[in-house]
Amino acid sequence: MIEVKNLTKKYGDHTAVKNLSFTVESGTIYGFLGPNGAGKSTTMNILTGCLSATEGEVLINGHDIFEDAIEAKKCIGYLPEQPPLYLDMTPLEYLSFVAKAKGLSKAEREDQIVEVMQVTGIEKVAHRLMKHLSKGYRQRVGIAQALLGNPEIIILDEPTVGLDPMQIIEIRELITKLGKNHTVILSSHILSEVSAVCSHIMIISKGELVASDTPKNLEAMFQGTSTLRLTIKGTEAQAKEIADSIDAIDSTLCRPGEDGQTYVQYKSHADRDFREEVFFAYAQRQIPILAMSIKHVSLEDVFLQVTQEDKTAKEVPVQEENHAEETKTQAEPEESTAVGGEEA
Amino acid sequence: MGAIFEREFKSYFKSITGYVFVAFVLLFAGIYTVAVNLFGGVANFEYVFGNMSIVYLLGIPVLSMRCFAEERGSKTDQLLYALPMGMTKIVLGKYLAMLAVLALPLLVLCIYPLILSLFGSVYFLTAYSSIFAYFLLGAALISGGMFFSSLTENQIIAAVMTLVAVLLNYYGAALASLLPATAFASFMAFSIIILIVGLVIGFITKNVIFGSGAFLVLEGILTGLYLWKQAAFESLFLTVMQETCLFNRLYTFINGTFDITAVVLYLAVIVVFVYLTEQSLEKRRWS
Repeated sequence: MIEVKNLTKKYGDHTAVKNLSFTVESGTIYGFLGPNGAGKSTTMNILTGCLSATEGEVLINGHDIFEDAIEAKKCIGYLPEQPPLYLDMTPLEYLSFVAKAKGLSKAEREDQIVEVMQVTGIEKVAHRLMKHLSKGYRQRVGIAQALLGNPEIIILDEPTVGLDPMQIIEIRELITKLGKNHTVILSSHILSEVSAVCSHIMIISKGELVASDTPKNLEAMFQGTSTLRLTIKGTEAQAKEIADSIDAIDSTLCRPGEDGQTYVQYKSHADRDFREEVFFAYAQRQIPILAMSIKHVSLEDVFLQVTQEDKTAKEVPVQEENHAEETKTQAEPEESTAVGGEEA
Repeated sequence: MGAIFEREFKSYFKSITGYVFVAFVLLFAGIYTVAVNLFGGVANFEYVFGNMSIVYLLGIPVLSMRCFAEERGSKTDQLLYALPMGMTKIVLGKYLAMLAVLALPLLVLCIYPLILSLFGSVYFLTAYSSIFAYFLLGAALISGGMFFSSLTENQIIAAVMTLVAVLLNYYGAALASLLPATAFASFMAFSIIILIVGLVIGFITKNVIFGSGAFLVLEGILTGLYLWKQAAFESLFLTVMQETCLFNRLYTFINGTFDITAVVLYLAVIVVFVYLTEQSLEKRRWS
């Protein structure tokens, strides 16, 4: 269990981590999500005792990482962003060194080295110099190193960066496997990665924790707005008239297109799917719908919303994202973004 | 500590550095043994060390440059920081590994007096105490090299800083003797040293205010002392440079005196630099 209280880290004038507090419970895979430069690596370096904090407290199983560093570090296995490997050693030599440096007895060392090599699948390359190993294998050796000493908590900083898709899948499977016996914290700036393996997500932006919940709850929290976008052969007035006749639609935005077409955007907070109602309403009035697409709020939107959030213009980023998305799918003119802008 | 020592020691012999260093020491020792003892026809092995300073001038920077600079360059220092081990043990492990590399050729040299004793009368005590003093001198210089290596992630910069420091220590007394013996010359020379110290502090802490603050404080103290006891400053710089010259101390041993104060000086230098190295590494955690 990790307790972080009011953690602040300043580099000169720049505040990398601002008043961060959270608790990590045992036996869960935590995802630390944030854009580049959000303070993920800084936080992880502080949690593992590689960096000091300007203010605040970090307790690892009750041991203060600053006061009682050695006991605290025994509970943690850490894989930094760049695996700290001595390239002139073989994985076996390297793991023996780390096991010894972590203070394991000879018998423990032999058992655990065999075990972690098996778990990470590096037995085949155990006797090759690490400078000849691929990035994927180096990453595995880095994870194997973190597992030595059987620490309760495994901290992995961007474990899949720079790997090919196959390796990413393998590393993810490995992390899921680790999650069964360890508390795992991994950081990433890739949302799909975190949502694939983690059962709890912490989103960090500009050094502050902006959201922390299960992936499902996070989606639910921001759920409830769906946007329906239409291209119709009709006028703005007609689109608005139809909007008034359907309860589910809260707001309407229109922009004239070419050849008597109009781009329409309906927003709704209703739970139900109102696409059929819209379709029949238009059919009744004999207005052709040329294109229709609906967009629900996804985890991606949550991520973008909380990390880019400008407190004065809360909705803007999501909308821009929606528009960008639909621009791709519907091949609409680029100005569609401007519609959202006007509304905001 | 054992693990760090073992890895570090082995890594010297995984790369060419360890072999080159050992060969370098043995080559020069061999040349001077032949020149002084065999051609000169004297059995005093200690005289060889009178010529061996050159080995340290070049050898020490090569030996110590990679110590921490390489770790930092390849980001393996993160592993060291995350280990459940105190920083003192890490520094000592690395330092002892370098001493072990240094000790290897010197252990070989320990056989030489025995061989020479077949051909003449060797003063064993003087010979072995000279080897011991030569080892301590090397140990003191290595501790300095280790400190410089902990300041940077570039091995070449570490080597150059060590080389400059070793050269200054070696030639310091000779250079100081060129200065006029006046009190003002001494004062100016000390001021330059303080300026360098200020620059180094500023560089380490990456803080202009701290560096210039240290310079101003030290310079203030120096000026105060100078104004207070101007007479004491006469040729003081030369005396200080002679006293702190680590190489000079070696000659006392070669001349047949086991100089305890020299041993204490060497040990003090080692303790100071091991401590500074540790602080420099801890400091990086705080940056």
